[in-house]
Amino acid sequence: MKYVDEFREPEKAETLCCEITKLCNQVEKPIKIMEVCGGHTHSIFKYGIEEILPQAIELIHGPGCPVCVMPKGRLDDAIAISQNHNVIFATFGDAMRVPGSKTTLLQARAQGADIRMVYSPLDSLQIAKDNPDKQVVFFALGFETTAPSTAFTILQAAAEKIHNFSMFSNHVLVIPALKALLDNPDLQLDGFVGPGHVSMVIGTDPYEFISQQYNKPIVVSGFEPLDILQSIWMLLQQLVENRCEVENQYNRIVQKSGNTVALQAINKVFAVRDSFDWRGLGDIPYSGLKIQPEYAQFDAELKFTIPNLKVADHKACKCGEILKGVLKPWECKVFGTACTPETPIGTCMVSSEGACAAYYKYGRLSTIAKRTITQKPKITQEPLPACGFSSD
Amino acid sequence: MCLGIPGQIIEITNVDHKLAIVNIGGVKRQVNIACIVDEQHPPEACIGDWVLVHVGFAMNRINEQEAAETLQLFQELAAAQAGIST
Repeated sequence: MKYVDEFREPEKAETLCCEITKLCNQVEKPIKIMEVCGGHTHSIFKYGIEEILPQAIELIHGPGCPVCVMPKGRLDDAIAISQNHNVIFATFGDAMRVPGSKTTLLQARAQGADIRMVYSPLDSLQIAKDNPDKQVVFFALGFETTAPSTAFTILQAAAEKIHNFSMFSNHVLVIPALKALLDNPDLQLDGFVGPGHVSMVIGTDPYEFISQQYNKPIVVSGFEPLDILQSIWMLLQQLVENRCEVENQYNRIVQKSGNTVALQAINKVFAVRDSFDWRGLGDIPYSGLKIQPEYAQFDAELKFTIPNLKVADHKACKCGEILKGVLKPWECKVFGTACTPETPIGTCMVSSEGACAAYYKYGRLSTIAKRTITQKPKITQEPLPACGFSSD
Repeated sequence: MCLGIPGQIIEITNVDHKLAIVNIGGVKRQVNIACIVDEQHPPEACIGDWVLVHVGFAMNRINEQEAAETLQLFQELAAAQAGIST
């Protein structure tokens, strides 16, 4: 596939790994890099990137997985909406198995609720047109990547005067989350691999505070293995040259100012909430999106009665610490035992972009867990092993 | 969640609703192109464009020149390493 296969060539990955190793030799200290986006986490595990990097580099898996940061209380609210007798509740498949305090959307569907998985918010609008006697509610979640699509769907619903359609907005914003992470004293980072598709919408300018106020480099990255390796290489170049800048590796997709048409749609339909609860990170000011009063008729939070309760996470679950990069998944007592993708206790085990699910699915714990950086890393210039990427 | 797949716009099916057909690796699918059309880029001008598709929307155009330059950099790195090792 064009724009995919070219960025998966094993020989080029080996070239980049060699360049990364050279730079590691110059840094001469352990390096902690956080990949913010769950899509990057998934790619890193899928292609075994962590294993082919020098041992000096530790990748911290950040909170950029919207399903993973969804608090139980919001899931309970979604399930409560879905249990109204005249409601068809539409959602992306990602959210179906996220545990609320008592049940999941999947279990609610088994118990009789009309819950349907859709590929696009526009599909839920079509369901509303096809079922004029029902109230159709779309479970809007995701970062700025997904927000334009829900905004345009509401604009289309308004234009077509579809009154039996609304959205339960759980959109979250990446910049406040990054700020919360950077303000966390437990987290020691040398730099960020920035989210590629969020940046496609918001651009790279919003990250300037990371370099200017927190003195951390960030490289916005694509999602193919060569993209991620090049981004790590660019980050190391900054560390070697003692620079802290916002750089864009993914310039085939991401422009400095983002996508102005998409941003205009977001700003037209959504307003920033005063605060939003994130699983593992708690309340973060100005980090969520609600529907503007002008489009109140499409706001499910106003149309339906919801519990709107905060629910504490399971005591044994360490998703919060994992999302902050303070703990590794295998350091959680229930990882792989009581908590598996089939029976998730925490959200990081639900989504394929969650760190726990990635470790569980792609394993390699025997090699990765040994990669401690408590001792001075042994950096070698010897030829790297074959990367073993496949392009399928 | 933020998955995006490259595809090429091959047909505009509804100008008013900004709908187009995209070829994604041989699979043809209808997408909304509202995010990539403006006064400078009317729907009709989008045919042939490579775009990134996410949740049924073409979110952005793919800059072919930038992609080529990135790939060229990989080539040059590989050539430089091969030169060192010979």
